[in-house]
Amino acid sequence: MNEKSKPESAIQSSKDASKVIIEINGMHKWFGAFHVLKNINLTVNTGERIVICGPSGSGKSTLIRCINRLEEHQEGTIVVDDVELTGDLKNIEIIRSDVGIVFQQFNLFPHLTVLENCSLAPIWVRNMAKGEAEELALKYLERVQIPEQAKKYPGQLSGGQQQRVAIARSLCMNPKIMLFDEPTSALDPEMIKEVLDVMVELAETGMTMLVVTHEMGFATAVADRVIFMDEGEIIEQKPPNEFFHNPEHDRTKLFLSQILAH
Amino acid sequence: MAEVTRTYKVGQHPDLPPPRSEVGVIGWVKYNLLSTPFNVIMTLLALWFLWSIIPPLFEWAVLDSVWTAESRKACWAKMEVPEGAACWAFIKDRIGLYIYGFYPAELRWRVNLSFVLLVLAIVSVLYENMPGRKFGLWYAVAFPFITGWLLVGGLGLTHVETDQFGGIMLTFIIGITGISFSLPIGILLALGRRSTLPVIRILCVLIIEFIRGVPLIALLFIASTMLNYFLPPGTAFDLLLRVLIMVTLFQSAYIAEVIRGGLQGIPNGQYEAADSLGLTYAKSHLLIILPQALKISIPGIVNTFIGLFKDTTLVLIIGMLDPLGVGRASLADAVWAGLAREVYIFVAIFFFICCFGMSRYSLWLEKRLSTEN
Ligand SMILES: Nc1ncnc2c1ncn2[C@@H]1O[C@H](COP(=O)(O)OP(=O)(O)OP(=O)(O)O)[C@@H](O)[C@H]1O
Ligand SMILES: [Mg+2]
Repeated sequence: MNEKSKPESAIQSSKDASKVIIEINGMHKWFGAFHVLKNINLTVNTGERIVICGPSGSGKSTLIRCINRLEEHQEGTIVVDDVELTGDLKNIEIIRSDVGIVFQQFNLFPHLTVLENCSLAPIWVRNMAKGEAEELALKYLERVQIPEQAKKYPGQLSGGQQQRVAIARSLCMNPKIMLFDEPTSALDPEMIKEVLDVMVELAETGMTMLVVTHEMGFATAVADRVIFMDEGEIIEQKPPNEFFHNPEHDRTKLFLSQILAH
Repeated sequence: MAEVTRTYKVGQHPDLPPPRSEVGVIGWVKYNLLSTPFNVIMTLLALWFLWSIIPPLFEWAVLDSVWTAESRKACWAKMEVPEGAACWAFIKDRIGLYIYGFYPAELRWRVNLSFVLLVLAIVSVLYENMPGRKFGLWYAVAFPFITGWLLVGGLGLTHVETDQFGGIMLTFIIGITGISFSLPIGILLALGRRSTLPVIRILCVLIIEFIRGVPLIALLFIASTMLNYFLPPGTAFDLLLRVLIMVTLFQSAYIAEVIRGGLQGIPNGQYEAADSLGLTYAKSHLLIILPQALKISIPGIVNTFIGLFKDTTLVLIIGMLDPLGVGRASLADAVWAGLAREVYIFVAIFFFICCFGMSRYSLWLEKRLSTEN
């Protein structure tokens, strides 16, 4: 079943030789009776940057949330960094500490300062000393260009700043993979760029990234591969140039014409 | 106003002060007390009401009151109009009973010391910026046990039976035990009720619903009569201890529901963010979820505590003498009989001060925590 419905358009990334870090095989997921992800097959190599797009409700968020098991899949396998995701709690905690995720709504901890938000997981998951963790946090806050906000609470920051803190918070765990779920769609237009800039810079460091976004400029500039999803299926995946200029499926064409219309 | 505005160029309009009628005492009075004819009438009625209540009350309670006398007769003899003012001498005469119950007079220093330790414990729990707070918190955890030993005795101290406890001391023992033990138990019950493990969830629901469905008085009667049936014969189980357990359980069920409400106010994203960083269940709750949930729950928690503190008076039904019980008993004394007003007002004032203090603290805490973000 896996074999027969594997999209033929599946292309190999340019980084063929490098190590596979995510391997999803024949994966299905249901919410109750609702079949939300259907036969997902996806291989991601270390250092690859993947952009996932598709209409609302197509299962993009659900797919990337399965990768760190914020959602549980019911069929097929997901292997992340050689560890298979099963019900085993210890495995899940290990994978989660190696896979960062940035949410649309930031999800910073409102009762902690920016510095505490960032140093919390290194201290309590990695058992790092407090001073060392704070140094690390400051280093990443500098990288997202808001070290001066370290003592503030998230509620005192703009949306763009909050999202950059969220990115720094994930980076402090020194993750092998970063997942982004529409990181800029809750932001006012003038703040989108500051967040995208941070993400572009992160891509340049060679981080493996899976980004759900409709920012086609970002996809063109950064992505190795663009994946188009619709109704729970991966319809098409191609390098950005081909994807935008030479889409194969009608649904992809329709989708592209809709998002490029505005 | 319009003319003023026109004198500035577009884009350069400065901030002007608001009109006089909107600020200051005059503005406040005008807006809050005299804004409509109906409002004017209500204000006048309220003023008349206050005027006819407060001066006579003040005369009765303070100006004309008698503070030293040997009996009710002596008290009334000192007044211009007999029975026309408060006879606080009665309360003064019994103040030892009101504070210590029947605790042996020569050992009362132990109770006094406990009060001092209590104040220290409260301060170290409530004031976050105190130096040595970490030590303070450990002390607060040890406090109930230190005081328990101090009050009951043993291990070198003369033993005092708990049926000699009474008065304000008893109220504090029951109230503070209930408050300090019910919070952790309530948190566990609330988390249990939201557990994904059916056994734990059902157990917690049963405990909470059973306890909430039974009046406290019934639980106290169970404590005073039935509990011994369930225990092996010959095990003497102190009545006060039984009451403390019942009160704590009762309180825990209510606290659990308040905290469950707080937990429901935490957006799912917080759980997801905590999980996605690899935090375990225990750590994500201790560090992320509970601090926020407790903060939302403060008004409900304090409300429950205030309710409990007042409900401690119910123990007089099973024969324990809290301040209300002491007061009622003292009214039976022929020398002083007839001074019920003084007794009840005194008891009311005591409870009011304690509960008002708790209420103010919770307001202050809410305000401070809300400036945090
Ligand atoms: N917890 C849930 N329970 C039931 N249905 C859900 C749940 N989460 C998502 N869904 C449904 O699953 C489908 C896919 O949701 P998902 O959030 O993955 O879509 P998406 O592609 O990310 O859409 P969007 O662009 O709007 O974010 C939607 O139809 C949604 O209603
Ligand atoms: Mg989504």
